[in-house]
Amino acid sequence: MPTPTKGPRLGGSPAHERLLLANLATALFQHGRIKTTEAKAKRLRPYAEKLISKAKVGDLHNRREIMKTIRDKDVVHKLIAEIGPFFSDRSGGYTRITKTLARKGDNAPMAIIELVQQKLVSTEAEAARKTKFAKDEKPAAAEVVDQDAEAPESATIDAADEPAEGAVEVDGEPSAEDVKAEEAAEKDKS
Amino acid sequence: MAVPKRKMSRSNTRARRSQWKTSAVHLVACSNKACRQPKPQHVACPACGQYAGRQVAQPA
Repeated sequence: MPTPTKGPRLGGSPAHERLLLANLATALFQHGRIKTTEAKAKRLRPYAEKLISKAKVGDLHNRREIMKTIRDKDVVHKLIAEIGPFFSDRSGGYTRITKTLARKGDNAPMAIIELVQQKLVSTEAEAARKTKFAKDEKPAAAEVVDQDAEAPESATIDAADEPAEGAVEVDGEPSAEDVKAEEAAEKDKS
Repeated sequence: MAVPKRKMSRSNTRARRSQWKTSAVHLVACSNKACRQPKPQHVACPACGQYAGRQVAQPA
């Protein structure tokens, strides 16, 4: 049996709360960052992150599940086409809440809730190195299945690598000569 | 219905009200070295809009 939410509802009634959260989530996905009261932001965070998790799967069933709460089709499309794939490397924690100064009129504590714009540090490092960590690398299915075919391939790869390395070493010497030749050419010009 | 038996004296009223006090807001300097304005703790800086080295809001 699902445990009921303790404490008062946002807006007064369960129906009002559902609408408030749906509207807040729509605004968040539309604008990427919204300013609201701290209580609403804290309630919105798990609600919006569950929607993003559905958007990451992005099949028809999940699209219909999202359509139950977000009634704006443009926002649903943006959520599935842009926001979901952007968070593909992130496993949760898609939103960030930052407190701001209290509201002028009623001194309500306010907060800014936003979709996290940065990529993960590990993702950026991978992009910089253009390699993956060993644990993240997917084992190629073909290599594992036919091991007989694997052995000659690896042998050929090794064989191909060795001459390539030798070629690099060979290239190194003429390049130095080229530099000398260029310098000489420049001297001639001057 | 219960009702007060006596009028509350001016002295008693004032003694009670003497406990209505306000406390100063606890402010810290903004962690942004270029800003250093006083701000409430755990709150995005209202002067420069940064929080934990991140630009969160537009400065007011």
